[in-house]
Amino acid sequence: MLKITGVSRRFGDVTALSDVSLEIRQGEFFALLGPSGCGKTTLLRILAGFESPDEGTVTLDGDDLLGQAAHRRPVNLMFQSYALFPHMTVAKNVAYGLERERLGRAEVRGRVDEVLQKVGLETMAGRRPHQLSGGQRQRVALARAIVKRPRLLLLDEPLSALDKKVRAEMQLELKRLQNEVGITFVVVTHDQEEAMSLADRIAVFNAGGVEQVDAPVELYEHPRTPFVAGFVGANNIFEGRACSAGLAGEELGILPGDSGLPDGTPALLAVRPERIRLDGEDKGVLGGEVVDVSFYGGISHVSVQVSGRRQPVLVATQGATQVQTGSKVALGWAEGDGVLIPQ
Amino acid sequence: MRKSRLLYVPFWATYVFLYTPIVVLVVMSFNAGDSPYVYEGFSLEWYGTLAKNAAIREGLVNTLIVAVGSTVLATVLGTLLAVGLARHTRSRALDALGMLPAVLPDLVLGIGLLVFYATIKSTLGLHSVLLAHTVFGMAFVTAVVRTRLTHADTSLEEASRDLGATPFTTFVRITLPQLAPGILAGALLAFTLSIDEFVIAFFTAAPTTPTLPIVIYSMVRFGVTPEINALATLLLLVSFTAVIVTQRMTRLTESLS
Repeated sequence: MLKITGVSRRFGDVTALSDVSLEIRQGEFFALLGPSGCGKTTLLRILAGFESPDEGTVTLDGDDLLGQAAHRRPVNLMFQSYALFPHMTVAKNVAYGLERERLGRAEVRGRVDEVLQKVGLETMAGRRPHQLSGGQRQRVALARAIVKRPRLLLLDEPLSALDKKVRAEMQLELKRLQNEVGITFVVVTHDQEEAMSLADRIAVFNAGGVEQVDAPVELYEHPRTPFVAGFVGANNIFEGRACSAGLAGEELGILPGDSGLPDGTPALLAVRPERIRLDGEDKGVLGGEVVDVSFYGGISHVSVQVSGRRQPVLVATQGATQVQTGSKVALGWAEGDGVLIPQ
Repeated sequence: MRKSRLLYVPFWATYVFLYTPIVVLVVMSFNAGDSPYVYEGFSLEWYGTLAKNAAIREGLVNTLIVAVGSTVLATVLGTLLAVGLARHTRSRALDALGMLPAVLPDLVLGIGLLVFYATIKSTLGLHSVLLAHTVFGMAFVTAVVRTRLTHADTSLEEASRDLGATPFTTFVRITLPQLAPGILAGALLAFTLSIDEFVIAFFTAAPTTPTLPIVIYSMVRFGVTPEINALATLLLLVSFTAVIVTQRMTRLTESLS
């Protein structure tokens, strides 16, 4: 549906985007995830029409998007700051985009009422933005964008301005709305948990380029680049060379992993903390000493210092754990739980 | 910390210093006697003479024409210049040049304009004063509106464009309302500055079309009369009203936005 091909953008000496290609499907909830300054917001602004790329093409359902001015694109953006018009009421804010389409007064009113009901703000229609809470403002911003029935809705860090509790609520709300209206959503976020819980597919950005595009589970279980392995979720990363059984570490010996790489390729092995078992002292792959135990309620984190590795290995266990700081433990994991990433 | 009462002495002294001359002037305007310096009892006599003075009436009409005309021009042009400077250029030099007439000595501006009018062989009259006042009034409007623009949220304009508004609609429906308090403050500033502006008007007015300050100046040359005091009191009233109206209206528009 949306096809981005070879898009690059430089600001002076800084390359914000270099040769980015993506394809986003109809009705998809797509996330652009990456640390700040990785170029994801620049891409969003290019799609909205506030920036133009130095190179590359963008088409929406086969039509060239870059040739159209921002106000003619069938694309709407929900701003990070919401950008509600302070001198207009909620209803006027929402109606603004429809009035620009020169729709009849009755139709505008009907659609505004409908969308305000959809976001649960029908009683707030006469209020001004400064009289609303953060969550309510966010709903107005969302209503104002979806009332136009765009083919593509862009959301810039939609939840970052909300406190934790409201954020969880709005997260569900966003998903429900996206299902209901069936508009393709592209959300920009630096929060990987947000991206994972919202999106159907995620593109991970780093330094102006796309590292990996995948569904959340795939991304989590099979990171394909060192950056993704380190950025998405917690990971224990070991350095070494690929071998038939996994990874041959310089000081740690053979570590089990799902190797598809030719022997001897320099590689990283990533193992999720929750996939590591705490075994008896003589079994397991690695031996070490527990240096810290943190209890989080549902899970516990155990840090194990392994000789030959500077950083402790992080192990996550269900509920409270029996091990204590200072005790000797052995660590083990199944071959399928070690992911090899070429370096 | 205990506040020393002594600190209030310089505080109030400052106010006494600032306002004594004005209070004396207002009191003397109600003087029953002929002297502008010795109070001899209350009377409205001088306000009556003032109303009958044809020269002053003419000067007042001239001043109002110039002030209203130059304020309208300065407000429109100054606002547009401010928007252009803030949104469409990054040149700091242009920025500074746009606001320079506000700090330029009046004398320089007056002489410059006079030479300019002579060069283009323009006649002098109310139109030349009006344009001259537009020049410096515009600089003040630009400065005030420009400041407000730097604090304004550009994402509002982007949101408007994103929702399908043309750049023109965006300017009228979103940018202007955001700037309204600044535009209003700039306009009132331009108006009050024009009303009592002397130096530039002196250089650019024709002898047949003096503005009020020039009329007053020519009267004072033969000595201050209580009539002048009465006139000054009225001008003071206008300035005070303007300041109060500005404050009220900025507060009003700010509470709306």
